Amino acid sequence: MNWEQVISKKVQDIPPSGIRKFFDLVSEVDDVISLGVGEPDHVTPWHVREAAYYSLEKGHTMYTSNYGLLELREEINKYLESSFGVDYNPDDQILVTVGVSEAVDLALRTLLEEGDELLLPEPSYVSYQPAAQLTGADVVKVPTKQENNFKLDPKELEKAITSQSKVLILCYPNNPTGAVMSEDELKEIAALVKKHDLFVLADEIYAELTYDDSYTSFASLDGMKERTVLLNGFSKAYAMTGWRIGYAAAPEPIINAMMKIHQYTMLCAPIVSQNAALEALRNGNQEKDKMVKSYKQRRNVIVKGLNEIGLDCFKPKGAFYVFPSIKSTGLSSEEFAQRLLQEEGVVVIPGNVFGESGEGFIRCSYASSLENIYEALNRMERFIEQL
Amino acid sequence: MENEILELLENNSNLAPEDIATMIGASVEEVKDKITELEADNVIVKYNTLIDWDKTSRETVTAFIDVKVTPERDLGFDAVAKRIYKFPEVKSVYLMSGGYDLSVEVEDRTMKEVALFVAEKLATIDHINSTSTHFMLKTYKKDGVVFKGEQQENERLAVSP
Repeated sequence: MNWEQVISKKVQDIPPSGIRKFFDLVSEVDDVISLGVGEPDHVTPWHVREAAYYSLEKGHTMYTSNYGLLELREEINKYLESSFGVDYNPDDQILVTVGVSEAVDLALRTLLEEGDELLLPEPSYVSYQPAAQLTGADVVKVPTKQENNFKLDPKELEKAITSQSKVLILCYPNNPTGAVMSEDELKEIAALVKKHDLFVLADEIYAELTYDDSYTSFASLDGMKERTVLLNGFSKAYAMTGWRIGYAAAPEPIINAMMKIHQYTMLCAPIVSQNAALEALRNGNQEKDKMVKSYKQRRNVIVKGLNEIGLDCFKPKGAFYVFPSIKSTGLSSEEFAQRLLQEEGVVVIPGNVFGESGEGFIRCSYASSLENIYEALNRMERFIEQL
Repeated sequence: MENEILELLENNSNLAPEDIATMIGASVEEVKDKITELEADNVIVKYNTLIDWDKTSRETVTAFIDVKVTPERDLGFDAVAKRIYKFPEVKSVYLMSGGYDLSVEVEDRTMKEVALFVAEKLATIDHINSTSTHFMLKTYKKDGVVFKGEQQENERLAVSP
């Protein structure tokens, strides 16, 4: 069989995942300490799991509205309003999705087509580019730099804008860099969005994991709600990655269009996860605050530790990643990560899997126990000394 | 800062002041001074180790005893509580609301010793009206830590985006 003829060109053009490749390498090494994990190190709080049991016991096993349970959408709206000052109509401006991943796919397919350009600040989470490629749109990278703490520089953004530019992705706090944009910095971006008539995909999944300053949602800026698809979910703040539950909030025509794809592909998000999410929003603040506090403490430990062993690292203000430079070692990101894995059994993600501008960096997740972080730092120090 | 230090130490009394300082973003001196102050004020009462004795060869028996007391004029329950907590085999004493007044935790080597302690020492104290002894059979969770049962396996993938 000539598989190249069988498999669609668009799918063939998606390069194999750098993370997947690294995952295969890791499975060959014993006794690893992993700083390569992009999910919380907590199990979902018990009251949320218990609420899911209860919902099953009561026989809540059916389809829900395509939009998701109205009760949940109402609760989501209350949350968005009280936490970020953005207000949506739960009836037709909020769509519950199978994780934020589905929402990213829906939004990009809704907004982009061949000939359009997507503006993607880089280093970037790994899903956006392939999802955009499948729409036929072109992806234009906007590099962000360590000297700016990996914030999006409006000047760099404006350089990348063309008449074809249509959508800008903003993901702050950022995976993989941990960068956060302040309200003033976002306002500069908003001005460009308005000037060039762009639409914004704001992936705010890490919003709750913001440590030093209060968080500003892009949709809350003057005039931006009309130009933003706001994405958020439960995976990071409530340690609910495996439940696959997230949501999109946007102007009604956008949500309706996204719903068209959602209803024919997913139909609805799993009802058990929706019920669990409802419990998380209603009663999950105490556990969430505890987890956030503990991430912040571990961030402080890992940033100090990395700088002390010679890996230059700014103190990120959000998410649970640090993105230190490994340029002083003379190794490439991949060499560094591979050798660190093979010689010391520590897993970090080479920065280049997040795009070319991630070369020279590694992503370390501090969603790991304090003991693991200390041990990983010890091993990394030994590794660097022996180079 | 005070509560954050206390929460960290309550969870792990082994944490060095240097580590605490890094974690909460304070100087080592500040943390050391604060801890000294908290120790002096008896806010930090003692540094304990949580041990699952069931996993060792040491045999002990623990009992929780509900004690009903007629409070003394002017002294309330305090005088009786004091007479109870002076015994070294008494591990804890709480004043309770509800059906009885004092909850007393006693640890000894054998059931017989505990029973004798209750009959001869505890029940004979003036103002104690009645006792009801419950022997502890198994510890599932103590001080927020689950002792037995399945260990929580780490099921996270070592690498994820």
